[in-house]
Amino acid sequence: MANTRNGSPQETQSFAWLYDPRTRGILLQIALLVGVAAFFIEIGLNTAANLNAQNIATGFGFLDRTAGFDISQTLVPYKSTSTYGQVFWVGLTNTLLVAVIGIVLASVLGFVIGLARLSSNWMVARLGTVYVEIIRNVPLLLQLLAWYFTLLIVLPSPDAALELPLGIGVTNRGVYLPAPVWQPGLGAVLITALAGIAGAVAIGIWAKRKRIATGEQVPAFWYGLALIVMPALVVFLALGAPISFEYPTPGRFNLDGGIVLLPELIALLLGLTLYTAAFIAEIVRSGIEAVPRGQKEAAAALGLHPWQVQRLVVIPQAMRVIIPPLTNQYLNLTKNSSLAVAIGYPDLVSVFAGTVLNQTNQAVEVILITMGVYLAISLLTALLMNWFNARMALVER
Amino acid sequence: MRHATQILTAAALGLIAVAIASQAQSSTLDAVKKRGDLRCGVNIGLAGFSAPDDKGEWTGLDVDFCRAVASAIFKDPTKVKFVPLSAKERFTALQSGEIDLLSRNTTWTMSRGTQQGLAFVGVTYYDGQGFLVKKSLDLKSVAQLAGASICMQTGTTNELNVADYFRTRSLTYNPVVFEKNEEAVSAFNLGRCDAYTTDASGLYAQRIKLADPSAYVVLSEIISKEPLGPAVRQGDDQWANLVQWTLFAWLNAEGLGVTQENVDEKINSGNPEIRRLLGTEGEYGLGIGLDNDWAYQIVKNVGNYGQSFERNVGKGSRLNIARDQNKLWKDGGLHYAPPIR
Amino acid sequence: MANEAHSKWMDTGPIARSVDWLRANLFSSWGNTVLTLICLAIVWYVIVGFADWAIFSAVFAGSDGSACNKPDAGACWPFVTHKLGLFMYGRYPDPERWRINLTYVLALAGLVPLMIPRVPGKLWLSIYLLTVFPIIGFILVRGGVFWLPHIPTELWGGLFLTLVVASVGIVASFPIGILLALGRRSELPIVRWVCIGFIEVVRGVPLVTVLFMASVMLPLFLPPEVTFDKLLRALIGVALFSAAYLAEVIRGGLQGIPRGQYEAADALGLSYAQKMVFIVLPQALKLVIPGIVNSFIALFKDTSLVLIIGLFDLLGIVQQSISSDAKWFSPQTAATGYFFAGVIFWIFCFSMSRYSAFLERRLAGGERR
Repeated sequence: MANTRNGSPQETQSFAWLYDPRTRGILLQIALLVGVAAFFIEIGLNTAANLNAQNIATGFGFLDRTAGFDISQTLVPYKSTSTYGQVFWVGLTNTLLVAVIGIVLASVLGFVIGLARLSSNWMVARLGTVYVEIIRNVPLLLQLLAWYFTLLIVLPSPDAALELPLGIGVTNRGVYLPAPVWQPGLGAVLITALAGIAGAVAIGIWAKRKRIATGEQVPAFWYGLALIVMPALVVFLALGAPISFEYPTPGRFNLDGGIVLLPELIALLLGLTLYTAAFIAEIVRSGIEAVPRGQKEAAAALGLHPWQVQRLVVIPQAMRVIIPPLTNQYLNLTKNSSLAVAIGYPDLVSVFAGTVLNQTNQAVEVILITMGVYLAISLLTALLMNWFNARMALVER
Repeated sequence: MRHATQILTAAALGLIAVAIASQAQSSTLDAVKKRGDLRCGVNIGLAGFSAPDDKGEWTGLDVDFCRAVASAIFKDPTKVKFVPLSAKERFTALQSGEIDLLSRNTTWTMSRGTQQGLAFVGVTYYDGQGFLVKKSLDLKSVAQLAGASICMQTGTTNELNVADYFRTRSLTYNPVVFEKNEEAVSAFNLGRCDAYTTDASGLYAQRIKLADPSAYVVLSEIISKEPLGPAVRQGDDQWANLVQWTLFAWLNAEGLGVTQENVDEKINSGNPEIRRLLGTEGEYGLGIGLDNDWAYQIVKNVGNYGQSFERNVGKGSRLNIARDQNKLWKDGGLHYAPPIR
Repeated sequence: MANEAHSKWMDTGPIARSVDWLRANLFSSWGNTVLTLICLAIVWYVIVGFADWAIFSAVFAGSDGSACNKPDAGACWPFVTHKLGLFMYGRYPDPERWRINLTYVLALAGLVPLMIPRVPGKLWLSIYLLTVFPIIGFILVRGGVFWLPHIPTELWGGLFLTLVVASVGIVASFPIGILLALGRRSELPIVRWVCIGFIEVVRGVPLVTVLFMASVMLPLFLPPEVTFDKLLRALIGVALFSAAYLAEVIRGGLQGIPRGQYEAADALGLSYAQKMVFIVLPQALKLVIPGIVNSFIALFKDTSLVLIIGLFDLLGIVQQSISSDAKWFSPQTAATGYFFAGVIFWIFCFSMSRYSAFLERRLAGGERR
């Protein structure tokens, strides 16, 4: 009689498929898929039932309803009779404004402080360290609140407005800049400037080729700058300076006219820039320290000026190490701009996921849209930096 | 494989069934009685309406109303759990069942009463939107605020009313909105804006927080109707009636001269209206699921409307708001409660 | 003779060395000299101004804001001293605060030996901290069992709430983060895509939106009768957010282990679970301990965001005290309050980052051949 107890070839064979890793893998995936699907179905049903019971509308139709409220800073045309959809665009442009300006300023400041920390001047290096260590270890929200509060206290009220040269007025309601007014002919100046930029780029490419071929350094930067500025300046003067400015003038309550930089915007930019710059400084410092010492010594041995050593040898190599974490910091800055809701700056979260959500109560749609937008911005920034990174990548032999 | 699919399908169906089954609603009064306390949504801190004092005790007009409802149900005004809510979360908290009653200086509007699953049951305070400005500006009307910066709280009817007011008169203004009322007041105090706007009662409440309250004045022009009242979830008529008649009993008590001090003797009064109110006659508690002395408990534990008003926002408080349109109808105000009979 | 000895001392003694150092580091060129002078001016201005605000012009005694209302007053320290209990414990009832203190002591009893590298028994300490302590701590702090009165979470606040959110966030996000990191490296496509999807979505959105989602949408996701404690909603949001970032940190550790370890474990016939638990994870986690500490520092700072959804952590309760307590209104109240909160946060975060650097040096030293 064949042995039919456990372990016999007969029995193991009929269940062998259960122990096959591939089958197990498939089973696990199916279980996960069903689990996730069931989870979402459960949530979806609950939400639908809850919304129904509470008589809350669903769907995206609310985007066509009238908003009914005003917003303190709008980069796109907006009135209180505009729709909620328009509110979305106002919030989005405000967020992008802060993100772009913040990224530029934070990068500049971060590089300066990073280089300062590596300076041979002991005092400068120590100050840089103190700055980084203090700013990095205090929550950003606290810094934003402190900056906003400080600005409101320090800046004068409109009747005692501080007047700077160039017609800039500083009050605690905002910094008023003269607004450029478009005159006929300005278009021609801008077209000339654009052509100049194209020419500068061409010069840059030509200079790089020449340097690789012959080793000769051409001051392409200055040529390019001259090409952008000079022709545009000539056209500008020839057309009789076709630009005028609308200067802020004292009104009944505030200064009227000009471009207004809200104290909320200034506080947000200050806080974000200083905070992110501290992190960028660390990244820059570790990037530059990562360049092998031999590179610096070899460059010096070749007779390059210390400034040329930095610019031509150290920093380009350091950039490879710097760029991936730098991308992270840019994304962090963009996401941190959402803290604007705490100081009243009308960014996307504050105006859309705040006021619109409150007025319509359609929490699910509003939050999904907001998250989707941030995801899209993150992906775009990551893609852009990845492209930049790939260009800088070390070409291995 | 086939077994696995069958099992999984059954599990999925089971989950769906559970989800549907769990949608069954139970009555709010039963849930409150079972839980042993009333969950009342109130303002995080608005002097006169709902604010915690240093020891953490809640006081205010809205708070008193919650205690009145709790007295009617439990005969004990302390059986209330106060849930402080910001303007942003007040409606979601009510809709989701986190609170049973929203007594948070909320304006009764059509969209809130019909489209958001809420049911307003009455008005506790007839208010209107006003503006707080510096006396030194010497303003007489709101229209003179053209071009000014105005601080306000986001997510409120105030924001919409200001926008409407200035747009219809083709005037401009600079809105400065904040999430929380305190931030708006803080900014106004620091001079960030020329005017602060909210319901007039709130203006009086916030003015006492400013550095120099006497330097500010509430403009007499009121630009909107803001009837503040309690709200409950739609779909539970018995609960809505209970809350509504608590308010009416509160008002009727003042109209009949029944106070916290004299309610014990008034039980034996000869006035049929008072007898019906305090439960000496009739079985009016039955229809709302309570004992017949529900109104007696309200007045005994909390007092009548007038007493609560004076204690919290009127002459007996720091706000010192005049009753004006909050008087009873027979004194020239707007409060008119249906009779208990 | 004496002259020679004297001039030798002048040339090589301590004064000479200091002068040389100054010349080399601070005044090595005209540019550097100017920079040094500017920096000295900045430092002097800041230090003197700060000392004046915090000490010389500051108000140290008083019982309400009027004491600080003097013109040219500096910091309003009575505001901090009177509200210290509120800032540290929130509205937790005074007679019950010993429970929080006891919880702190129990936590430190586990943490301090864990943090000192030479003390043995790290595994037991970790188990204690991750399983036994949370249960004891929860019971102690929340009450409701034995004879301890129940303290509802609405009363939790201040530094205590900050620590609760941060520590629960990191402890809860650990298992989820490990699972996500392992899942992301899995060969099963669906598992990998689900994990990648979750990680990238959560990392791509701001914490504020995750908190909004948790506090506003979570009640909608549940059947009508189930209500979620507000603090619990915030904790879920914070834990999920932290888990995604932790998963990336752990993934770095998993990638840093030589492939040979995985292959050897497979060759020995270990199952997936055994391989991960006994071979891979201990090494991976050890590799990224500095990264984990950095995640905790970031989480600690991010807890301040819960004030946006109405919870009163240290920053939230300071802000509320500044703007709602009319008794303490004065021009310097806000500055003093924010400064105090900033110092507390700074002390915690700076200590942790110093500890992280110390760990990094120590662990890397062990690896260097």
